[in-house]
Amino acid sequence: MKQGLYRIESNRPLTADVRELRLAGDTSPITAPGQFVNVRIDGLYLRRPISVCDWDGDGLTLIYKVVGRGTAALARMAPGGELDLLCGLGNGFDVSKCTQRTLVIGGGVGTPPMYGLAKALLRAGKTPVAVLGFNTRDEIFYEAEFRALGIETTVTTVDGSAGIKGFVTGTLPEDYGYYCACGPEPMLKAVYRAARTSGLLSFEERMGCGFGACMGCSCETRYGNKRICRDGPVLEKEEIIW
Amino acid sequence: MVDTRVALSGITLDNPVIPASGTFGYGHEFAELYDINCLGAFSFKGTTRAPRFGNPTPRIAEAPAGMLNAVGLQNPGVEKVISEELPKLREVFRKPVMANVSGFSVEEYAETCALLDKEDQVGWLEVNISCPNVHGGGMSFGADPSAAAEVTRAVKAVTTKPVYMKLSPNVTDIAAIAKACEDAGADGVSLINTLLAMRIDLKRRKPLLANRTGGLSGPAVFPVAVRMVYQVYEAVSIPIIGMGGVSSAEDVIELMLAGASAVEVGAANLVDPFAARNIIEDLPRVMEQYGIDTLSEIIGGAHNG
Repeated sequence: MKQGLYRIESNRPLTADVRELRLAGDTSPITAPGQFVNVRIDGLYLRRPISVCDWDGDGLTLIYKVVGRGTAALARMAPGGELDLLCGLGNGFDVSKCTQRTLVIGGGVGTPPMYGLAKALLRAGKTPVAVLGFNTRDEIFYEAEFRALGIETTVTTVDGSAGIKGFVTGTLPEDYGYYCACGPEPMLKAVYRAARTSGLLSFEERMGCGFGACMGCSCETRYGNKRICRDGPVLEKEEIIW
Repeated sequence: MVDTRVALSGITLDNPVIPASGTFGYGHEFAELYDINCLGAFSFKGTTRAPRFGNPTPRIAEAPAGMLNAVGLQNPGVEKVISEELPKLREVFRKPVMANVSGFSVEEYAETCALLDKEDQVGWLEVNISCPNVHGGGMSFGADPSAAAEVTRAVKAVTTKPVYMKLSPNVTDIAAIAKACEDAGADGVSLINTLLAMRIDLKRRKPLLANRTGGLSGPAVFPVAVRMVYQVYEAVSIPIIGMGGVSSAEDVIELMLAGASAVEVGAANLVDPFAARNIIEDLPRVMEQYGIDTLSEIIGGAHNG
């Protein structure tokens, strides 16, 4: 983990309330897909944790949904401005655990880290298969970006306005050896129950520090107490108590 | 060259800055980021006799210029702290550490303190009789002078280390509680713990924290801390460790002028992991700015005249 200033290169809407923020700065603290950053926002006391969607040697991409005062303030940030980040937080997805054909399941605003994961799996010579779930056509984002990776991509919508009607669990392919998932907790629970293999699930929690000091985001697992910010946000299926 | 040293019950600190319990774990997360030997000391995570998971989540909420927490004293229990955390701490911190202890009965406080008394690296015991986030314990001892005195006497009977009683601001007269601790033999007092608070989620129409209430900390509470340290300084002659929303070297000096011999930094560590180090590095410059050569000489300076 490192603290640093990052320059805003773009901050554009992807849907009515989801935006993509591209930042230039030091990405050396990022060691795995599924890690997150903790963003300092003027006028708010606590930082706001946001998962890393993608990164390279020059900068990183964050995708966030405007849900409260923090993300609303972030939406008003203009290119050229700077953000104070704690970068490279959390464990992220362990690509070495993934089998050759691994399902990459994203739900709504849980989709962004799965994009960086899909790219990391491709780099590791593996074959990610994306299943992305949204509520409705208007809320879909990054479908084209996933398809541009050249990977099998299925989109579902709850109302059937685009892709396959229903939830992600209604359309999981038959042949896969492992899965990784990020999304709202009801989706994670449904995937946990529906999937036949082992997998990794990424969790969201209200955090204090984001780096393991305050015990604000603790959860109990079969492997003992864990801090979502430090020992997570990615947990193994086997350790989750559901 | 200014002199930033202060003394707490015969132990000299290089500077008065002490990360507060619950915001610094057992030191490891911060030792990965910087050499924590720059600290005056630090107060480790509130430790109880038995392991505790703490409260359900959400445990954290935003507040104007601050935050609420209701962690509920999550800790591995004193035996694991002694067998696992303290040996690891010795590798990264060569100064005395402040052992923060909580309990649910007078006997439990005494048992936990007796175990920590045998540990060489423990310089002081900071006895938390003011946690607002656990039921049936903690704060109830700190809300009543005779109960606070009883815990003080029980702990003093089992240790030779200096005992600092950590006091709650959620009382009508904190000076009376501090005086009761002093009369019962406390070597010092530390204040303030968090202020009991609540936030409500407008969408769910329910308290935001799973515990419903939590403790408010951060700059929002700093003026309350200054007022209470000032009042307690008038009432007791034992040293005071001041805390509550400290975020800058100026805040450290302000609390010392109110009467603090040393100052803890809490919530600031959570939003800026380098906060304590930055305050320490900034202190000489700010001392010079205000014409202070020897920091220990300003303790209680606001009471003169």
